[in-house]
Amino acid sequence: MFAFIISRILQSVPVLLVVALISFAMFAYVGDPVSIMLGQDFTEAQRTALVADLGLDQPFFIQFAKFVGNAVQGEFGLSYRLSRPVAELIAERAPATLELACCAAGVALLVGVPMGVYTGLYPRSLLSRAFLTFSLIGVSLPTFLIGILLILVFAVWLGWLPSFGRGDTVMFGWWSTGFATMSGIKALILPAITLGLFQLTLIMRLVRSEMMEVLRADYIKFARARGLSNRAINFGHALKNTMVPVITVVGLQLGAIIAFAIVTETVFQWPGMGLLFIQSVGSADIPVMAAYLLLIACLFVTINLIVDLLYYAVDPRLRVSRGRGH
Amino acid sequence: MSPILEVRDLRVEFPTRRGTLVALDGVSFSIAPGEVLGVVGESGAGKSMTGAAIIGLLEPPGRIAGGQILLQGKRIDNLRYDQMRRIRGREIGAIFQDPLTTLNPLYTVGDQLIETMLTHLPISPAVAKRRAVEWLEMVGIPAAAQRVQSYPHEFSGGMRQRVVIALALCAEPKLIVADEPTTALDVSIQAQVIALLKRLAREKGTAMMLVTHDMGVIAETADRVAVMYAGRIAEIGPVREVVKNPQHPYTAGLMASIPPLDRRVERLAQIDGAMPRLSAIPQGCAYNPRCPRVFSRCAVERPELLDAGTTLAACWLHAKAMTDA
Ligand SMILES: Nc1ncnc2c1ncn2[C@@H]1O[C@H](COP(=O)(O)OP(=O)(O)O)[C@@H](O)[C@H]1O
Ligand code: SF4
Ligand SMILES: [Mg+2]
Repeated sequence: MFAFIISRILQSVPVLLVVALISFAMFAYVGDPVSIMLGQDFTEAQRTALVADLGLDQPFFIQFAKFVGNAVQGEFGLSYRLSRPVAELIAERAPATLELACCAAGVALLVGVPMGVYTGLYPRSLLSRAFLTFSLIGVSLPTFLIGILLILVFAVWLGWLPSFGRGDTVMFGWWSTGFATMSGIKALILPAITLGLFQLTLIMRLVRSEMMEVLRADYIKFARARGLSNRAINFGHALKNTMVPVITVVGLQLGAIIAFAIVTETVFQWPGMGLLFIQSVGSADIPVMAAYLLLIACLFVTINLIVDLLYYAVDPRLRVSRGRGH
Repeated sequence: MSPILEVRDLRVEFPTRRGTLVALDGVSFSIAPGEVLGVVGESGAGKSMTGAAIIGLLEPPGRIAGGQILLQGKRIDNLRYDQMRRIRGREIGAIFQDPLTTLNPLYTVGDQLIETMLTHLPISPAVAKRRAVEWLEMVGIPAAAQRVQSYPHEFSGGMRQRVVIALALCAEPKLIVADEPTTALDVSIQAQVIALLKRLAREKGTAMMLVTHDMGVIAETADRVAVMYAGRIAEIGPVREVVKNPQHPYTAGLMASIPPLDRRVERLAQIDGAMPRLSAIPQGCAYNPRCPRVFSRCAVERPELLDAGTTLAACWLHAKAMTDA
C-alpha cells in the first residue's frame, strides 16, 4: 500500500517537470521581464545589473533548476502587474475557486449519480427521457452561454440571486469563506450550477450506461437466481460495480472543474484563481501564469493519486497487483 | 410420489419485429424428489430457455405464452416478480455455465453466501457466517475458514464453480437447475465438479435438472434424460434405455455420433444438415428434413410424445406401432 503510493508519486514527477519546463519557457521566451521591470528610462549598466540580479546570464539548466527549486518552496517572485508576491496573490484567490469548484462538483455528483442510476434502472420511463433531453442541453450549450442565461433569468428577470462577485466573505485565518453569510451562499448558487452542469450531465450519462451494462452481467443474473431483493441487486451489487469506472472519470472531472473555472469566474466576475489567470494573460504577467499552470498540474496529479487509491479501496482485483503501476 | 417439478405443455415466445419466434413449444416433463433429469440436445435446442422459464428469469421480451410450471403441485409460472423472487434460491437453486462471470467480483465469497442465506433463512448473521464456512468445506474448498474472506478472482475456475454450487445449495432448495455446469471448466476437473454436485444432491435429497451436452456425464449422473430438438422434447425416458435403445430417430443419430467408451469404432456417424432456426421450423415433425425414416405423415402433422415402450418419443413411428397392435 505504502509502496504503491510512493511509486505513484514518483511516476508523477516527470509530468510535473514537463509542466515546469513549459512555465519556465514562458519566462524565457514570452515577453522580456527585464524591459518590463526597467520601464522606459534606463542605462546599460542598470540593465546588466538587473540581468545578473535575476540570474538571466546563467546557463539554461541552472536557471531551470533554480526555478524548480523556488517553485517547490512556493516562490514565484513578484507579479509584474501588481508588484506583490505571486504566492500571496494565489493564496488570496484560492479559497474562492476551491469553494466554487467543490460546490460545482457536489452538485454534479449529488444530482448526476441519482439521475444516472434512475435512468439506468428505468430506461423507458418518461422521467428518464426528460433527464436525457435535459442532459443534451447541458452537454451542447457552452458554459458561458449557460452562465449568461442563468444570470438573465435569476438575476435580471427574477432578481433572486446576484449576478457577480462572492457576496460577503468571512476570514478564517487566511481562508476567506462565502459559506458564513447568506449573501455569500446566494452568490455561490449560479456560478456553481454553471460550472457543474456539464459535469453533471456527463456523470449522469456515464452512470446510466455503466449501470445498464452491469445489469446485463452474469453475476447480476445469478444474484437474481439467488433470489436477492431488487434493492440488494440494484443498489448493492449493480451500483457498486458501476462506481468502479465512474470514480476515475469523476476524479478527472474534478480537475477539469477547477481548470474550467476560468470561464465561469470570468462570466460571474468571481474573484478566484481563474479570473486572476485571465487578468494576468491580459497583461503578460508571466510569474502569475507560470505559478497557476504549475498549481493546476499539481492538482491534477494529486487528484489522480486519490482516484487510484479509491479504486484500490473499491476493487479487490487491483490489490493483487500491489505496488505495480498500471 | 408426487413430483417436485412438473412442466406442462410449456410454450415460450419471443415477439420480434419480424414476427413471433416460438422458442419452446409443448414442452412437458416432470422431476421426482431427489431425481436427476438430464437434458441434452444440440446448441440452440432450448435447454437453457427451459431452465430460465422454470426459474422465472426469461430475458425480455421472451415470455411464457402457454402451459404451466408447477412446483410441488403449485403453479409458479404466473407468480408476480416478488413472489417468484422468494422461490428463487430458496426452493429452486440455479447454477450457470461460466463461474468466471457468475460471481460478483467486488464481494468476498463469504459475503455472497451470507447474503443469500440471510435473504431466505430465519438465521442470525453469526450463524450465517458459520454456515458459510461449513458450505465452503462441504464443496471441498481447502482452508475454508480463511478462504471465506477471499474474493472470487483469488480462486481458480473449478474452485469458483464449487463456490457457485455452494451458493445454489446454501438455502437448501428442493430443486437445482444446473445449466452446463462444467462446460466452461478445464476437462481435467469436470468430473470432480460433477461428482461433487451429484454427491451433494444425493445427500440433501435435492432434485436436479442437469443440462449438458456431455452424454458421458448424463450416463453417469442422471436417472432419466430428455432429448430436446428445436424447442421440443424429442424423447424422454430412463437413461439406460435412451442411450442403449433410443426410440426416436434423432436420439439414435445423436447416440451414433458419440464415441462409445467400451469399444473402438472406425468412423462416427453424423446427422446430415443442421437444426432449423426458430424462424424456419418445418411443419409437422421438426426433425423431418433430416430424418432417415421420414414418411408422409411426418411433414403434415406434429407428433406428440407417444409411448414407445421403454421411453416416450415424439415420433409417428410409434403411433403406427400403437395402431398396429
Ligand atoms: N433473446 C432472444 N431472442 C430471440 N431468440 C432467442 C433469444 N435467446 C435465445 N434465443 C433462441 O432460443 C433458442 C433456444 O436457445 P437456448 O435455450 O439458449 O439453447 P440451448 O439449448 O443451447 O441452451 C435458440 O434458437 C436461440 O437462438
Ligand atoms: S416423426 Fe417422422 S420425421 Fe419425425 S422423427 Fe419420426 S419418423 Fe422421423
Ligand atoms: Mg444453453
